[in-house]
Amino acid sequence: MAHSATHPEDHLLTVSENPRSNLLDRGFTVLVQGVALLVIAILLGITAVVLAYAQPAIAHFGLAFLWSTAWDVPSLQFGALPYIFGTLVTSSVGLILALPISMAVAILTSENFLPAFVREPLAFLVQLLAAIPSVVIGLWGIYVLIPFLLPIGTWLNNNFGWFPLFSTPPAGPGLLPAGVILAVMIIPTIASVSRDVLTVVPKELRSASMALGATQWETILAVMLPAAAPGVVGASMLGLGRALGETMAVSMVIGNSGQITASLLDLGNTIPSLLASQFAEAESPLHIGSLMYLALILFVLTLMVNVAAVLLVRVFGVKV
Amino acid sequence: MNDPQLETTPSETEELTLSQTKSGRLEPAPEPNELVTAMKVRDLSFYYGTFKAIEGINIDIYEGQVTAMIGPSGCGKSTFIKVLNRISELEGQVKVEGTVEFFGQNIYDPKVNLNRLRRQIGMVFQKPNPFPISIYDNVAYGIRLFGRKPKVEMDEIVETALKSAALWGEVKDKLNKSALGLSGGQQQRLCIARALAVKPKVLLMDEPCSALDPIATMKVEELIESLRHEFTIAIVTHNMQQASRVSSYTAFFSTDESRVGHLVEFGPTSQIFLQAKHPRTREYIEGRFG
Ligand SMILES: Nc1ncnc2c1ncn2[C@@H]1O[C@H](COP(=O)(O)OP(=O)(O)OP(=O)(O)O)[C@@H](O)[C@H]1O
Ligand SMILES: [Mg+2]
Repeated sequence: MAHSATHPEDHLLTVSENPRSNLLDRGFTVLVQGVALLVIAILLGITAVVLAYAQPAIAHFGLAFLWSTAWDVPSLQFGALPYIFGTLVTSSVGLILALPISMAVAILTSENFLPAFVREPLAFLVQLLAAIPSVVIGLWGIYVLIPFLLPIGTWLNNNFGWFPLFSTPPAGPGLLPAGVILAVMIIPTIASVSRDVLTVVPKELRSASMALGATQWETILAVMLPAAAPGVVGASMLGLGRALGETMAVSMVIGNSGQITASLLDLGNTIPSLLASQFAEAESPLHIGSLMYLALILFVLTLMVNVAAVLLVRVFGVKV
Repeated sequence: MNDPQLETTPSETEELTLSQTKSGRLEPAPEPNELVTAMKVRDLSFYYGTFKAIEGINIDIYEGQVTAMIGPSGCGKSTFIKVLNRISELEGQVKVEGTVEFFGQNIYDPKVNLNRLRRQIGMVFQKPNPFPISIYDNVAYGIRLFGRKPKVEMDEIVETALKSAALWGEVKDKLNKSALGLSGGQQQRLCIARALAVKPKVLLMDEPCSALDPIATMKVEELIESLRHEFTIAIVTHNMQQASRVSSYTAFFSTDESRVGHLVEFGPTSQIFLQAKHPRTREYIEGRFG
């Protein structure tokens, strides 16, 4: 451990080898901090603008806007409930349909059930689904999905009409097609994030389980999935976030009717879809304000989903 | 050779195994020193893909004894020990030649049920790897795989296992806390308890102390000492003192020029450490002690 005489020991600690790297270091830190602040500023800016435009509606309707069901442009009566309802219902249907399929895809593409030369392309294809523009998915919804779902809906209504969810004859467009479309759109996200999470579950846990005599499926169900649960919850919330905000494709298949109905086969509407369809022709400040108010509600909903995600992950993280 | 204990048909495995072992003890001992061979390895070679990791291994792991595997890094000790419970098959494309018998039954027989086999031959890994669930559930995991048990019975199994692993006193008040909150040494003893809970006949340990501090190491060694009569133990270690302290038989592995692992010498620990026949064994042991 002999140091050369030209470098006394204390110099090793006090003088940087390369003063330039120090400068770079500091510069980079400042840059990163600046960018982070900018992001926060943009977020606050958007919120401020939305709030400002929503002000007339907030002042006029107050919180009653949240549970009012009226939406009458000529008489300037506005209420958010049918749209909040439609948004939540379609997103939930989307998530409920997407989650099991995504998990199946994630497991299939992260385990060795398939040979690698099938597995990798499959995982890639599923990810590719996310790259399809939502208008295209919407068109697919109109021309393929709705005709496909129609006889199924009729059958459900004929046989399970007593069940509230299927209590009306299918209208063609509606909540169910919108939910299915959303599922298709969020499967890539949930599946690929879950797959990533599953593949980084420590190899030692799998060996431990197998060494105790567990089969591969027992290991997946009892060890891999619980260990990956926080990530899967995060992935689902990511997907749910996307579903809540999806505009175009939903707008094309939901029927755009602001009503509250228990039946998934009936028409509905969502906040983003309503915003997209009405902004162009909105003139009175109260109408614009109401749309902005809805935007604000959507914003809060998404925020709540994200907070819920963080909390869920934390709860799971402690327990699992 | 029609020992049903590993085969797919579920049967009263425990009883069959027990009575077999007992009768095995009464028979004239086939091995020197009146020992029963728990695992008999003959002409074993193992390949990762096309890479041959070990070759021509012949060894007897005696029942109720601690057998230590020593040797330089990369000579195939872990590979060897993982062949014994066929966990090496998780590594993907692997190939095994030769035979491994568990109380007379070839474990590579296609009729063998892997899950039953692994239940009989437990394993403790180098890095403590508790499941990210509660301490209790960790110990109960192996039992639950083979059917539900009433709570009282399960509590008892968990307690016994934790006691055998000398961990009960430290965790009895926090059985429902996450196992990840334990120290490294406690986690490793939990992994031992988890392996013991399913009552294996053989316990394989791959450098169980390498991630532990000296005090935790000492505890695990004492534990091995106390388990040696009840279980057959095969332990890989880089620590010569540990091998000499805990084992009664020692196998010295080494690699040849072609990087293939061989068994150089196998015998009673005292003989390997004091009067090894092979110069390479002597060299290695002197080097490690020196
Ligand atoms: N999963 C694997 N795939 C391919 N080769 C492997 C794999 N695991 C081990 N090997 C190779 O097999 C040989 C033996 O490895 P092994 O881990 O059994 O050695 P070891 O004696 O346990 O070493 P150490 O004392 O460092 O743990 C090494 O050359 C190693 O590179
Ligand atoms: Mg090793």
